[in-house]
Amino acid sequence: MKRIIKKHSLATRWFHWVNFPLIGIMIWSGLLIYWANDVYRIGWGDRTILKFFPDSFNKALNIPFRLAEGMNLHFVFMWLFIINGILYVLYLLFSKEWKMIFPNRKALKEAWQVLLHDLHIRKGLPPQKKYNAAQRIAYTGVIIMGFFMLLTGLAIYKPTQLYWLCAILGGYEWARAEHFILTILFVLFFIVHVIQVIIAGWKNFRSMVTGFDVISHEQPKEHTETIS
Amino acid sequence: MQMENIKIYTGKQIRNKTLFAFFIFFLFIAGCIYTWTWLHRQPKEQGVHKPLRKGLYMNENVFSRLFSYNNLARSYAKEDVVSKVRVNGNAGLQTPFNAAAWKLHLVRKPGDTLLIGIDEIRSLPKTEIIFDFKCIEGWSQVTHWGGVRFSDFIKKYNLDTQAGLGYTGLETPDKKYYVGIDNESMMHPQTLLCYEMNGKTLPMDNGFPLRLIIPVKYGVKHLKRIGTIFFSSERPRDYWYEQGYDYYCGL
Repeated sequence: MKRIIKKHSLATRWFHWVNFPLIGIMIWSGLLIYWANDVYRIGWGDRTILKFFPDSFNKALNIPFRLAEGMNLHFVFMWLFIINGILYVLYLLFSKEWKMIFPNRKALKEAWQVLLHDLHIRKGLPPQKKYNAAQRIAYTGVIIMGFFMLLTGLAIYKPTQLYWLCAILGGYEWARAEHFILTILFVLFFIVHVIQVIIAGWKNFRSMVTGFDVISHEQPKEHTETIS
Repeated sequence: MQMENIKIYTGKQIRNKTLFAFFIFFLFIAGCIYTWTWLHRQPKEQGVHKPLRKGLYMNENVFSRLFSYNNLARSYAKEDVVSKVRVNGNAGLQTPFNAAAWKLHLVRKPGDTLLIGIDEIRSLPKTEIIFDFKCIEGWSQVTHWGGVRFSDFIKKYNLDTQAGLGYTGLETPDKKYYVGIDNESMMHPQTLLCYEMNGKTLPMDNGFPLRLIIPVKYGVKHLKRIGTIFFSSERPRDYWYEQGYDYYCGL
């Protein structure tokens, strides 16, 4: 006989896995749109360290001259992305799951300790519930990012009818830049997330599909794995 | 962890639960791939796969409800105006053009066309606007335009009935560029029949002698060098719509 311990509700798994292809389509169609006016870069003056995006990147992914296609995908799939996001946040609030995700008072200090631990500088982790402090900050951060994604997106989509929103965000061009920066942050989150999941291992990934962890008799009840 | 979250099963039961969950998971992945390929197998309507085209119409329906004549594109000061106005595209401007002979063809109804000279249009009340011109490509420029409000033009020529029809169609003299626009947007107080740019006569490559400026739309709708204006209850043909873009293009 083995014990299983419930980890992720069906709702959490649903929102997580539905979000994955939706964000993928939003970023892909966003790339098709961005190409038509690809002005952002990292650098100063005439010196450019990184152009968004290098021609080789655009060429490799067959991005050029697909603006209309990008806009059409973006403005249809946005609805699914928004609906999934809103339902997820409502679920968080009503299921009390938010207590597991929103950072608590000790979060900053503990997140620092988690970071030092993950970088093999510090031994031992602070005690945690479902998520550690670094995860709490990251997961809450990404929800807030999603919300700003929606706001900045709306501001550049309807800058006249939603002129007040556009103004709050610093005007049309700023809103577009913010929308772009948020996308980059999303991609960075995704990369770190995937690396952490790979490090955490198969059992952790499995629980995001099955919803439960299997624990053998030897392990104490309180034990939870470091999860991503 | 709370006790009620812990359940006891045999190894076999756990294996079955795991397999079932992964079965559903792979079904979901297959469903995503199927939906994506299905979408791209759908027939096209004006260059866009039909389900997406329907989505664009739905968006138009939703966001045209937001539309209000009180929502204005932000106005700027003269100092904010760019020195060099970007020229983007010359569709409809490449045919040899006799500027001296130009008259606006105002089709009041089929078979009833009024010809209007530029001086007559210039004599109408003048409105100026400095706004952030937005191209569908994603760039924008603060530019300065002068002309007659389309709503004033409608009043002057007693076109209230026509304006109630639903759509206005505009075409270049050579008919090679054409747009259709909902009349709500045409009657917006910032929509101009424009003959001046930065305080000077409209340049050739910006649509001399008369162009449309309609800040509630992307640049693709700001037709340069208007030859014909007509009204319709049906959607007039639209150059970029035919090439897979949204018809509404409302901002």
